[in-house]
Amino acid sequence: MPLGWGHGFTVVMAPEPVDRTTTAARVLPDSRLAGGELVPVPKPAASGDDELRVGDVDGWGRSERVRAIARRLYDPLYRRWFRVEWEGLEHVPKEGGALLVGNHAGAIPSDAPVIMHGIETELGRPLYGLADNLFRLVPVVGTLWSRTGGVPAHPDNAYRLLHDEQQLALVFPEGTKGTGKHVSERYQLRRFGRGGFVEIAMRAGVPIVPLAIVGNEEAMPIVYKSGRLAKMLNIPYFPVTANQFVFGPMLGLVLPFPAKFRIKVLPPVHFDAAPNQERYNRSVVIDHSDRIRESIQNAVYDLLRERKSIWAG
Amino acid sequence: MRILLTGLGTYFGSKLAQVLERERSVELVVGLDTREPVLPLEHTEYVKADSSFSILERIVTATRVDTVLHTHLVVDSTQASGRALHEANVIGTMNLLAAAGAAGSTVRKVVMKSSTLGYGANYTDPYFFREGTARSRAPRTRVERSLLEVGGIVGDFAEDNPHVTVTMLAFANILGEHLGSPIARMLRLPVVPEILGFDPRLQFVHEDDTIGALVYATLHDVAGVYNVAGAGTMPWSEVCSIVGKRRVPLPPFLTGLAVEPLRAARLVDIPPEILALLRYGRGVDTSRYREAGFRYQYTTAGAVDAFAQGLRLQSTVGRREYRYERDVENFFRHSPAVVRDRS
Repeated sequence: MPLGWGHGFTVVMAPEPVDRTTTAARVLPDSRLAGGELVPVPKPAASGDDELRVGDVDGWGRSERVRAIARRLYDPLYRRWFRVEWEGLEHVPKEGGALLVGNHAGAIPSDAPVIMHGIETELGRPLYGLADNLFRLVPVVGTLWSRTGGVPAHPDNAYRLLHDEQQLALVFPEGTKGTGKHVSERYQLRRFGRGGFVEIAMRAGVPIVPLAIVGNEEAMPIVYKSGRLAKMLNIPYFPVTANQFVFGPMLGLVLPFPAKFRIKVLPPVHFDAAPNQERYNRSVVIDHSDRIRESIQNAVYDLLRERKSIWAG
Repeated sequence: MRILLTGLGTYFGSKLAQVLERERSVELVVGLDTREPVLPLEHTEYVKADSSFSILERIVTATRVDTVLHTHLVVDSTQASGRALHEANVIGTMNLLAAAGAAGSTVRKVVMKSSTLGYGANYTDPYFFREGTARSRAPRTRVERSLLEVGGIVGDFAEDNPHVTVTMLAFANILGEHLGSPIARMLRLPVVPEILGFDPRLQFVHEDDTIGALVYATLHDVAGVYNVAGAGTMPWSEVCSIVGKRRVPLPPFLTGLAVEPLRAARLVDIPPEILALLRYGRGVDTSRYREAGFRYQYTTAGAVDAFAQGLRLQSTVGRREYRYERDVENFFRHSPAVVRDRS
């Protein structure tokens, strides 16, 4: 029994624990949660002090109540604006840890909130989004990011989430190299870091679930980048987006275009390496990383072949 | 078991002596401090002395102690100047360990009370530090630097003296009605400072668990470094609302300058290491000490709740303190009139 699952599922805010049969019924894809409902979250076995708490913020700074509000607000964007469609959702495990890995794009990327919203409403499982720790430096934004499920992408955090707590985590190995692409390079996947995500999944003993996403590039394409301004402001890239020409310089930085999102979940990749090792063979790690990148790239090409219109899908 | 205890003049030292002298296996407790004990003690011997090397070596040789319990690290930088802090932490530990490791020393166990402050608080940190995790940035404050230096000294001592069981316990922020850490002092204010836009994850350990953890390490053989903290973390906003206090925001930029007038006006002194904590928070992994057999009474939420209860009691009846009276204590300890039945 992996640590952190001792108490089974509990619906946050509901006083009675929900048994596994009801939970199992909820996670079927056809029983979609309307955005604002709460996702059942497994409680760490160690705590058991809930009656003393007045909030519901977990050890990762995530609050299911804030998450539910965020989902309610984001739901129109998810359903009407991006009209997100999933394919192969059955490949995401219903229980146990798994690392979701996708291609990353858009000056202010919409793919992360779309995937988190989608997995949580379709599967009824919480998803933690691993991202750059620069968020933590920004007042208010950093706190909101954390309450809505953002976690700094530190290897120790990923291991604890995946191995100790058997949660789902989402990571974009391209990082800012993916989101900072010029529009002319759209859907050309960048290097997948140094394969750290493979090593973490191996160490945690969980599978990697690759995701191919289309629509994220057109939601907020970068038409011009200023290296000098980025350096001056000490940020990864300073974009001028097409959205800014359409919606104006300020609104254009936050409002994406209504590109049709299609997400294809590829079969999970399991590793035969023994978990909990100090280190893993670098060439094996890089090899897996390259193969996963390749499979996502090919799936993206397939989706683009099938796509007749950027806006209608 | 014959124990030498440093920091007898603090609440922890006194409380620890009180618990240990009731233990059947404990023959003798010698307490060392420049200040007098703060709790009534039955037969603990109090030696009023500072931690200079010559005194220590004489005490160790004369009393043939086998266990040294070092609770005298200063982790609250508002309580000592930089120099005094260095003297107490680095020089004090060096002297103590020199005496414990001297030729012919009878010492077989050393237990250190340290702090998770040594991990720092930074935006690049992992959310739960493990015992082996290194800091992500070099320490900037005196107290953190001194704690790291102490860690090095203790590590060297353990390496040089393989026959001695060396335990170092790194405690998270301690909460309890009896003591005044910077965090506890902030929570006792009518309104509690926060940094605007930041709501860090904090982790606390209850004072009873602190005593329990030190006693456990004294009575059992658990060599190595262990984090000691209540399970779970809690956002600062939730801590404040459980304690029933409103928050006042400090500016997120130039925060260090903003707290300066508060310090000058003697309203509240928030040292830089606590400001970093109020911004980024800190969590530690506590599985290692639990696997070594220690059982906690309080989680982080439990510690905060107990602290809030203590505050409510104190707001009605005030803080009760024991005043040490030398003659009375000497009477209880040495007079043949006192019946000493320890069973």
